[in-house]
Amino acid sequence: MSPRIEWQRNDYSRVPYAFYHDAGIFEQERDRIFAGKTWSYLALEAELPHPGDFKTTYMGDIPILVSRDRAGTVHAFINRCAHRGALVRREARGNAKNHTCIYHRWCFALDGQLTGVPFRNGVNGQGGLPAEFKLSDHGLKRLRVAIFEGIVFGTLGADTEELEDYLGPEVCEQIARIFQKPVRVLGYQRQRMNGNWKLYVENSRDNYHASLLHAFLTAFGMGRATQKGGQAMDARHRHTYTFDYANSDSEEAVNTAYASATPDALKLELRDASFLKMRPERNDNVRGMIINVFPCSIFTQSGNAMAIRQVRPKSPGVLELLFTLVGYADDDDDMTERRLLAANMSGPAGYVAMEDGEAVEIVSEATRSQPDGTSVVEVGGTGPLPRSFGRATDLAVRGFWSYYAEVMGIEPAGGIR
Amino acid sequence: MTASLRDRISGLFADYAWFLDAERYEDWLALFSESSMYRIVPRENVQYGLPGSLMLCKNKDMLRDRITTLLEVNEYNIHTTRHLLGASRFDDPVDDVVAVETPFAVYQTDQEGVSRLFGVGEYQSRISCAGSKLLFEANVVQLDTFSVPTLLADPL
Repeated sequence: MSPRIEWQRNDYSRVPYAFYHDAGIFEQERDRIFAGKTWSYLALEAELPHPGDFKTTYMGDIPILVSRDRAGTVHAFINRCAHRGALVRREARGNAKNHTCIYHRWCFALDGQLTGVPFRNGVNGQGGLPAEFKLSDHGLKRLRVAIFEGIVFGTLGADTEELEDYLGPEVCEQIARIFQKPVRVLGYQRQRMNGNWKLYVENSRDNYHASLLHAFLTAFGMGRATQKGGQAMDARHRHTYTFDYANSDSEEAVNTAYASATPDALKLELRDASFLKMRPERNDNVRGMIINVFPCSIFTQSGNAMAIRQVRPKSPGVLELLFTLVGYADDDDDMTERRLLAANMSGPAGYVAMEDGEAVEIVSEATRSQPDGTSVVEVGGTGPLPRSFGRATDLAVRGFWSYYAEVMGIEPAGGIR
Repeated sequence: MTASLRDRISGLFADYAWFLDAERYEDWLALFSESSMYRIVPRENVQYGLPGSLMLCKNKDMLRDRITTLLEVNEYNIHTTRHLLGASRFDDPVDDVVAVETPFAVYQTDQEGVSRLFGVGEYQSRISCAGSKLLFEANVVQLDTFSVPTLLADPL
């Protein structure tokens, strides 16, 4: 850890700004988090339905190739040729019989084994590889892959615990609630923010900002903090999920709670609010569910919209956010239409999402000039972290930093877990 | 396709870009018919044949709501825009509707006077020439720059 970064408190209620800007920290995160003992979202099985299908993605800023072999097994590798380190697959996706690097045409099978090297025995008695060179020593660097409810996760950690143990029973249950049936991809939404990846991850865990920053929620009666809902974390605070129930507050409670926050917006009406209407599809009346899996995988349901958000760090000061919009494979046309309309809520133009891009950037901009400054994270209290709590708190942000410090090996003396 | 109709359509696009950049949103909305569809779609979705959008307004009321929330509800990076449109490609009118494809670039300028390319793409438009005034029946904005810089608040 960079010598100028020090935790002021052991309950993570003060977060040094340097974490959002320090290049050394970014390098350590690659080793200890993204290539360490964590599981990351890589793909949906629905994106690779056929033998030979592949897609390229990232884990942190590490380029990854996900590939389904002829027997149907899904593999994942670092997308880096064993020879000179070039990207083996440049395309975003496709179908192939093998993966051949264009630079010197080294050829890898769909399971990552090196199967061919041109001029291996030289040309006209010149060149070629030494006799002791073994193809089997130079396959693509392999990730461990685990699939849960059609979602492909990967890890580079040699001794990462099993995926379902990593997620824990509650998060497994919540993911399974959304991904209970085979899904199909409806589209992608992407944006690129000038800010550190953790600023977005904090944002998606912080339920305090939601109905304040995203005035649309308050204005049009959704996801208000006065609605019945809550948030929970796993025992190690590394994952969290936030939920709310439809139509569960009174007008009076709303007007009292938000009297000073967004007075004008409360008087507005939409001319066509059909896209906000939810067709019931589960037996629980849950309107919104946001599941954050450490470090960068987020699974959401908002009304009839369902999506996966993947946070892709590009550099200490830039992140890409990729939304994968999904429906169920057996949806009727009416439901597909609802999901497509409900996607107006998410992504860079999302009625209740666009502000997050601005929030990330204004924190990044203002904190850069004071590395030893700290944010104040104590809405909902300081000290030990509860497992479940109400809305309008940033306890899950402290939870994130607690596990982050643990996995980075930078906990303060007596740091809470 | 007559030269006069081409001229009128070119004028419609000039107004379209001008009204957006001048934040004359009521005038911009008046360029659309009541039944018009407006959609911003990432080019990767088009490439993969996927239906998902960034903005999807199935009728003019939904487009009006986008403007209302832009002005009254949403928060976004403080900026002005400048649309630069290229030469349109026209099809002959069928039943008084012309299909037009027009390339564009949009720049955003911040409060310190720094401009950045926000995105490039093309308008895939269906324009009704039945009445005295040309109207958009549909405008699909295909965004080549599908990794949107920061966020997308104002229509393109």
